[in-house]
Amino acid sequence: MRWYIPYGNPTYFIWLAVALIPLMIGLLYGHRFRWYQTLVSLFFLILTFGGPNWRTGIALICYFVYQVLLVSAYFHYRRRKDSPNKGWVFVLSVILAILPLVVVKVTPAIQSGKQSIIGFLGISYITFKVVQTIMETRDGFIKEYHPIIFGQFLLFFPTISSGPIDRYRRFVSDYEAVPAQKDYLDLVQTGVRYIFLGFLYKFVLAYYFGSVLMPQMQFGAMMAHGFSWYIVGYMYTYSMDLFFDFAGYSLFAVGISYLMGIKTPMNFNHPFKSKNIKDFWNRWHMTLSFWFRDYIFMRLVFFMMKHKVFKSRITTANVCYIINMLIMGFWHGETWFYILYGLLHGCALVVNDTWLRYKKKHQDKIPHNKFTELFAIFITFNFVCFTFLIFSGFLNTLFFGPSKF
Amino acid sequence: MDDVKETVLSILNDLTGEDFSTRLDENLYDSALLDSMGTVQLLLDLQDKLGVNAPISEFNRSEWDTPSKIIAKVEELK
Repeated sequence: MRWYIPYGNPTYFIWLAVALIPLMIGLLYGHRFRWYQTLVSLFFLILTFGGPNWRTGIALICYFVYQVLLVSAYFHYRRRKDSPNKGWVFVLSVILAILPLVVVKVTPAIQSGKQSIIGFLGISYITFKVVQTIMETRDGFIKEYHPIIFGQFLLFFPTISSGPIDRYRRFVSDYEAVPAQKDYLDLVQTGVRYIFLGFLYKFVLAYYFGSVLMPQMQFGAMMAHGFSWYIVGYMYTYSMDLFFDFAGYSLFAVGISYLMGIKTPMNFNHPFKSKNIKDFWNRWHMTLSFWFRDYIFMRLVFFMMKHKVFKSRITTANVCYIINMLIMGFWHGETWFYILYGLLHGCALVVNDTWLRYKKKHQDKIPHNKFTELFAIFITFNFVCFTFLIFSGFLNTLFFGPSKF
Repeated sequence: MDDVKETVLSILNDLTGEDFSTRLDENLYDSALLDSMGTVQLLLDLQDKLGVNAPISEFNRSEWDTPSKIIAKVEELK
């Protein structure tokens, strides 16, 4: 039996089209066939985690049972009458929730690149959903919790491998409802458009940048031994490939969700026309950056301001930017280039805020027009591409890797 | 009732430097007057000055994005 990366090849889409038709007819006539939806989900999970990948399938099942039990236990603790809502119970639950992910991320770093046996495709994205649910339960905003629906949320197959990261309360309200016929038709129309745009992004543009241009740049840079213009070429082609590949994938995930009557949030919004780095993070991998904003940055700021850790609000913001982006770097993996990538973005956010404050103070002296806006977009774009070059790990291969030629 | 409205408007005025008493339906995020930092400050101020306990989870950008929505939310939570 063969296996399929989600949205990886035409056959996967044919399976999708066939499997979704009964569900879509149901939705069109006001019914959500939940048992059928569960069967379809299982089928697609088996396509990805079965066959030669059965070991990761076992890892997924164990992980899934573990997390559902953990969140159920925490929910019962919080919903008990007069729940003491102790801080340490909350912290312990979050630690237990991220523990498997930490093991998976650290294993390759300490065992010379060997993958952990408890890992599987998409583990980080499920972890985000779990942690977020625990946090909102702590705050008392998840008042109803059903393990089966929580399971549906965690294993929602269109987004299982790489997001977008949905929110529990949002997902449940879609899952429990059936959209009105007119709204559903709009969803289908948008969904189909997204899927076709995804084809263009992933199978035409990402293919051209990633599989046609990038290898040439890579080869040129390797042959040049040291710095060369090929590295610059690599930087841009890699950035384009990264964007079109990931944005294409996200369009598929959102498009398929729409066909299932679930409004999974969008992941990208023209990131390369960002005017500054903050704007960029509001447009690039949005569900991840919003997750970091809502569950790390804002909570950290809230905690620090409440306990008056730093006197100045500016220092608090700056420290939190750096910590936030460093955690994002560590999340990508325990290598110097991911961590440096996070650090650079943290510093960029600090610089950005400083500049905006300076600009506001000297409004009368600093020009602001179409030209300066274009210039700002140009700088942001190039900075971002530079950080992607670091992120790609290519410099590591080029300068520190085993020589291939 | 008016007390809440006035306090919220004065908090927003401190945070953004703008007077919203005649622009109750202006979107604070679209015009980039509030960011995540400002939001946290807003939640802390609401806690201090009005005793409203609004955890960050409750904070949903689409429900808290204009002065009038914030006032309504605060009255509901009070």
